[in-house]
Amino acid sequence: MKSNIFYSFGKYLGMLGQAFSRPEKISMYWKETLRQMDSIGVGSIVIVALIAIFMGAVAALQFAYQLDGQLIPMYYIGYIVRDLAIIESAPTITCLVLAGKVGSNIAAEIGGMRQKEHIDAMEIMGINTASYLILPKVIAGLFVIPFLVTLAAAIAILGGYLATVPTGTLSDVDYIRGLRAYFVEYNVLMMYVKAYTFAFILVTISCFQGYYVKGGSIELGKASTNAVVFSNILILLSDYLIAVILTV
Amino acid sequence: MIRIENIKKSFGDVEVLKGISHTFEAGKTNLIIGKSGAGKTVMLKILVGLFAPTSGQIMYDETDFLSLDKKQIRDLRMRVGMLFQGSALFDSMTVEENVRFPLDMFTNKTKKEKDMRVDYCLDRVGLENANKKYPSEISGGMQKRVGIARSIVLNPTYLFCDEPNSGLDPKTALVIDELIQDITVENNITTVINTHDMNSVMEIGENIALLHLGELAWSGTKEEVLDSDNDILQDFIFASPFLKRLRDKAMQTGAK
Repeated sequence: MKSNIFYSFGKYLGMLGQAFSRPEKISMYWKETLRQMDSIGVGSIVIVALIAIFMGAVAALQFAYQLDGQLIPMYYIGYIVRDLAIIESAPTITCLVLAGKVGSNIAAEIGGMRQKEHIDAMEIMGINTASYLILPKVIAGLFVIPFLVTLAAAIAILGGYLATVPTGTLSDVDYIRGLRAYFVEYNVLMMYVKAYTFAFILVTISCFQGYYVKGGSIELGKASTNAVVFSNILILLSDYLIAVILTV
Repeated sequence: MIRIENIKKSFGDVEVLKGISHTFEAGKTNLIIGKSGAGKTVMLKILVGLFAPTSGQIMYDETDFLSLDKKQIRDLRMRVGMLFQGSALFDSMTVEENVRFPLDMFTNKTKKEKDMRVDYCLDRVGLENANKKYPSEISGGMQKRVGIARSIVLNPTYLFCDEPNSGLDPKTALVIDELIQDITVENNITTVINTHDMNSVMEIGENIALLHLGELAWSGTKEEVLDSDNDILQDFIFASPFLKRLRDKAMQTGAK
């Protein structure tokens, strides 16, 4: 078991080493990167927005419920929703969702190419397949996932507003006052550290699972599931480590 | 020309290839034949470098393939074309984009030059009006032709075909065989075809290697096939009861 983990980790590092080697032709990689940006980014906007709006709305309502009758001012709801979205829920929940949507997609796409001999065909053409198939996805992921996280944070804050202000739980003046209270820029940096780390994890782990798939459709399904499970575990683990490193 | 010397390959305890030596000649269609499990696909994958042999030597003309570093292998592979059993066309690309892909990746030709080359290759394989179609929109035979067009677009010196006729009707299979042979002769390519299609053997088998249980059981030309008294070859060629009956009948009447 232990040696299996070390073997897989070594293989993963080897794959990254190959993936980050010099591209054969920049223009072809750029074209593929744009395609991946569209697939990862544009294709995920709706699901990310939908989750973020409910995430903010539920957080606002539940804090309103908890603060009701307490001595803590109600405008704290805006403050809490904002910081919760920026520090934790936007980067973590968004990336966990993306691990499910994008991660499984990447593993299935690359794994399918392996099974249909597309990767062999590219190898025989002289293409560094690890680089051509993985590098554009990593660059696209590092570019668009932090953008999606930013969008999720903004929409979550909007969700909190829509759940509390129109329903009369809180006045818009209070909500906005809460949003503007005790703002710490460092938290935004933390959000981006998490976003970039999680993006790298979910894209590379999913590529790894797909790239080395063997066998038939059952193995492909397993690789797709593993991509989601391992990405989620590593995202949560790194979330904890980043929290320890950046807040202690 | 590709020459292999004493190629061995094992997977764990199982020895799949047991020391095969053979020469695949330039300008000829070289066939690797044999029953399923004989080691044909492993042999082909070793030849193109997808598998490393356990021991042995592979010479691409004067180049020792197994002593090349990664960069040199990539350079050599630009002179290699391969047609896969399932064609291995990229689903997200049109026919034209599939054929153009190696040109885009490895050449600095202008768009016009690339267009001309793509059109020539598609024209050469008899696909003039399929440029904008996706692989899923064309038949298996057409996919094979696109695969051939893509494999010759960079003017390869070596062409490998893995079961080019699998899944095709006999008539289309014949067209594909003839196409591969014509391209081989026209461009003096060293073509290696992995097949168990008897029609291919008798039509285009200019240099045949029969593998049996990981060993080279027989080699020769299509003309020599019928004259050979090699039991393994005869058993393979006349595996079908229909062909066996034909042979027996021919022998009874004294015909050849």
